[in-house]
Amino acid sequence: MEPKVIFNQHLKNVKPSVVGKFLEIANEYKEIISLSVGEPDFQTPWHIRQAGIEALEQGKTFYSPVRGLLALRQEISDYMFQRFETQYQPKTEILVTVGSSEAIEMAYRTLLNPGDEVLIVQPSYLVYEPMVYMAGAVPIIIETFEKDGFRLKPEQLKEKITSKSRLLILPYPCNPTGAIMEKVDLEAIAEVIRETDMLILSDEIYAELNYSEISHVSIASIEGMRERTIVTSGFSKAFAMTGWRIGYACAPEEIISAMTKYHQYAIMCAPTVSQFAGIEALKNGAGDIVAMRSEYNMRRRYIVDRLLKMGLSCYEPKGAFYVFPNISSTGLNSEEFCEKLLKQKQVAVIPGNAFGDSGEGFVRISYSFSLKHIIEAMNRMEEFIQELSQR
Amino acid sequence: MEDVLKLLTQNARLTNSEMAVLLGKEESEVARIVEKLQEDGVIKGYQAIINYEKLPHIPVFALIECKVMPKAEYGFQEIADRVMALEEVDSVYLMAGNYDLAVYVKGATMQEVANFVAKRLSTLESILSTSTRFVLQRYKQNGVILDDKDIRDPRNMVL
Repeated sequence: MEPKVIFNQHLKNVKPSVVGKFLEIANEYKEIISLSVGEPDFQTPWHIRQAGIEALEQGKTFYSPVRGLLALRQEISDYMFQRFETQYQPKTEILVTVGSSEAIEMAYRTLLNPGDEVLIVQPSYLVYEPMVYMAGAVPIIIETFEKDGFRLKPEQLKEKITSKSRLLILPYPCNPTGAIMEKVDLEAIAEVIRETDMLILSDEIYAELNYSEISHVSIASIEGMRERTIVTSGFSKAFAMTGWRIGYACAPEEIISAMTKYHQYAIMCAPTVSQFAGIEALKNGAGDIVAMRSEYNMRRRYIVDRLLKMGLSCYEPKGAFYVFPNISSTGLNSEEFCEKLLKQKQVAVIPGNAFGDSGEGFVRISYSFSLKHIIEAMNRMEEFIQELSQR
Repeated sequence: MEDVLKLLTQNARLTNSEMAVLLGKEESEVARIVEKLQEDGVIKGYQAIINYEKLPHIPVFALIECKVMPKAEYGFQEIADRVMALEEVDSVYLMAGNYDLAVYVKGATMQEVANFVAKRLSTLESILSTSTRFVLQRYKQNGVILDDKDIRDPRNMVL
């Protein structure tokens, strides 16, 4: 008998990413200037790499405990308390994962049942929605708007809550919009959530990349929220450690226990060498974050200034490393804009609709590139916009 | 002030208005800082970083290590003054270690540099000996990698 391949029903329902299609076109060009990737252009700071090398030299290459090295969980616990005033017990309330992506996936897998509704703020990271389908649950999209600084408004949230709502995904600082939620914004959300039995997944991977006067506030630090929030984060963005694949989840014991159960069978443990590097990052990496943030901040100001001078409407991003200008005044939609910009000027940016339908009319520009690179890309984009308006 | 200097070190052609945007300062404030840095002599000039290999005639660069007899009252200053006055000399440093003055020169040919060393430099009375080292290849200059082969981004777009 011939083998028959039957794919998972949920996977079949997941649409291919707009980005994939776009990248195929982008790959055809050689002289391309790409402002598309979503990872730091900095190398992992040397002292952190050295800690990884030392772990290798000393042969610390065995499995770690399932939840991660206790020393690392202790560092994470201290860090969370010092930076965000949230307290988590290293032994029971922290799980070290393979990037924060795994933390998000484990949360979905352990907290969602078929038919559950997951409220997703969009435009946002394009992983949240498809993975909800994979868990057999139902994504409910809450659109955010440029006029609100892409913040989630309590009345918008209230409107979407039903008896099936289980989880709210809070993606701030936000990829791709660069929006942040300040304490007062979070308090308003907390007030709505308190009236429900919902949980919150707060993806705080960009927490350290906040350019406003006041640093990042975690919703878990708002009264009554800690017991219903899973905070996911990691080392990729803050310490430029994407390839190390190391992240973590912090949540109440009951939730972390369930996630650990899943993690144990699916993953076993996060890479041990990376965990040793992670300890060094948290112990001695605060200065690296400051230096990288100041560099990103310069680029952020530069791009926003150039885009405004080009006549585009552009929300001034307060976090992450993306600018999300409104290109609807050009008369093109997001994909047309990106494709034309690529073909005519060999500059790659990502169409906003890749991050949800509400991203239509916008494009995402990453500034995790050298200033030299950014200046050249902005010059080309300016020419492109001028030529468009002359037609 | 340090942030302005850092930017100018990376790219001296940035305008005051560009630096103002980058640093989140007023243009007038940046202008004031730059002016003060120039007045105080912190900024001594602005130069292009040149990859001479791209030019039709590639000049010759040499480092000449000089041992010097310092003068009783002047120390090394007097000889340094005389060496730096020579127009072939690009840079002069006083060094710790096996020799005293490091003299960087640029000439059209090796012969020209050799003549300079033999006739002008080594004849100065305080110079005890010289040792000339010709540069074979310049890879990086003032923090800039000169070779412009593959500068493509090594990062993969995963999402």
